[in-house]
Amino acid sequence: MAPPENDLIVRRERERELARTRTHTGSSGTSRRFVRESHRTPDASERVVERPFDPNSIVDFRGVSKHYSSGDVGLERATFAVHRQEFVFLVGSTGSGKSTVMRLLIKEFEPSEGRIRVAGHDLSEISRKKIPYYRRNIGVVFQDFKLLPNRTVHDNVAYALQVTGASRRQIRNTVPDILRLTGLSTKLHNYPGQLSGGEQQRVAVARAFANHPPLLLADEPTGNLDPETSIGIMQLLYRINRAGTTVLVATHDSDMVNKMRRRVIELKRGRMVRDETAGSYGPTDETTAELGDRLRGL
Amino acid sequence: MRPGFFVRESLRSMRRNAVPSFAALASILVTTLVIGVFIPVVQATNGAANAVRGRVLVDVFMNTSATAANDATARTDILHAPHVKSVQFVSKAQALAQQSKLNPQAYQALGYNPLPDTFRVTPDAPGDSQLVLAELTQGGGGTPVAGAVHDSMIASVSNSQSETNKILTVTRLVKITMAVLAILLIVASMLLIANTIRLSLFSRRREVEVMKLVGATDWFIRWPFVLEGLFLGAIGGAAAIVVLAVAKLTVINSLSSTFSLVAHSATISFIPLIIILMACAISVSTLGSGLSLRRFLRV
Repeated sequence: MAPPENDLIVRRERERELARTRTHTGSSGTSRRFVRESHRTPDASERVVERPFDPNSIVDFRGVSKHYSSGDVGLERATFAVHRQEFVFLVGSTGSGKSTVMRLLIKEFEPSEGRIRVAGHDLSEISRKKIPYYRRNIGVVFQDFKLLPNRTVHDNVAYALQVTGASRRQIRNTVPDILRLTGLSTKLHNYPGQLSGGEQQRVAVARAFANHPPLLLADEPTGNLDPETSIGIMQLLYRINRAGTTVLVATHDSDMVNKMRRRVIELKRGRMVRDETAGSYGPTDETTAELGDRLRGL
Repeated sequence: MRPGFFVRESLRSMRRNAVPSFAALASILVTTLVIGVFIPVVQATNGAANAVRGRVLVDVFMNTSATAANDATARTDILHAPHVKSVQFVSKAQALAQQSKLNPQAYQALGYNPLPDTFRVTPDAPGDSQLVLAELTQGGGGTPVAGAVHDSMIASVSNSQSETNKILTVTRLVKITMAVLAILLIVASMLLIANTIRLSLFSRRREVEVMKLVGATDWFIRWPFVLEGLFLGAIGGAAAIVVLAVAKLTVINSLSSTFSLVAHSATISFIPLIIILMACAISVSTLGSGLSLRRFLRV
């Protein structure tokens, strides 16, 4: 059911995109008054360059701003691209715009200006009706887990498959595998309330990964967890990343970020202040166990 | 779509949210019960009021010397007058028999029949009795009404005006009271159901939010809720009907054999009542849960 629709979207996207690149030169009129023009030297993130769309990037932000109706600035002209199979940290203090990026990516709301593309789809062109189908291609993990309290661990993960119209047989085949991968085989019939925070977050990751999405978003996935449990979750995300999924993690756990040594995008009051693409990356071929040892400082 | 999945989902949800489900069930039961009692009561009251109003008659008294031929002429005249619904003839002899029953000594002492032939005229509407009266009065008050019946053999026409007005006022009051009560009850029931639905949905707002995040379509989320509303409505309605049936068998049926009053006015019979109540319970709770969800689906 889903693939033909997706094909259709892709084709339509491409056609519109061609028509659009000519007209799109900056639609900033609506929110001009929020922009403070003084004492700012233009940096890379400010210039909206019409570069050709990179087919390798899965997330592509161009001059994206988000101003909330309260007057708060969520994001201010952010431009960045995330490549397929990359593991990217989004860091910054509370209110810096990390969550805004995440919420824009799941199309919870529209940007005030700028353009977001995910896997080649311009998000502004996905109609409200199509949002559910779009979201099935994105796994999301939150600080507060967001599990369904009335369902067992198994059923929580199965739900992500059920919404896509998966058959009972598919679910029977898939769910136990995913739960084994996330180390929850023994907790199959427990309800979320009976699990520890770390276990609940594992269920959330398992659910996010159930459809094998090309992109996984994690908003403060370790925010409520102790350091050792956090390492376990990061290992899990790393394993998923190694399986080919692009992972975008928003966090303020600078310790963890420093140890993981992956690409870091730093936000401050909605502005991108650092994009460490050239930073010294940690080894990308280490095993999950090796990563765990490194994070524990062994 | 997969109805089996949705049915299982709604059953699971009812089981896992036992307390809100029970609250919804109880409110549907109570509302259905109240309406189920109220429909026949309103009908009976209206029937009774109308029966009382139907007794507003205009009596046309003939001269005591009137012959059968005079009576026949008068009868046709009266029947042709506007606003007259029906005419009942009470002959001298019948009147005497009736009155003698009430007061046998007096009539025996009298020794002859002082009563005239009488026509009991029923106006087509209780409020029209004054018009009928005017038409049947010969030149009543010096200003003859157009089309008035002029028959020299009619001695007098009467309806006790004060009595009629009293009856009309009282029955109108009863009808208005019942209407106000019915409106109040319906509003109260609707508020009760709306509140229950909103409460149980509010507790699941987060659940809906999570479902949307995982990529569930609106109808994928909505179907189990709608089915749940349908089941709860059906169960609550059925329970209310069982209670009503028990009440009818034990209370009403035994009463009606004792007091003829209860059974007299035409009320809705039990089967249509059941169908109406069931349809109301199910549709209100199904639509209610389906529609109230809409607000939470906006994410």
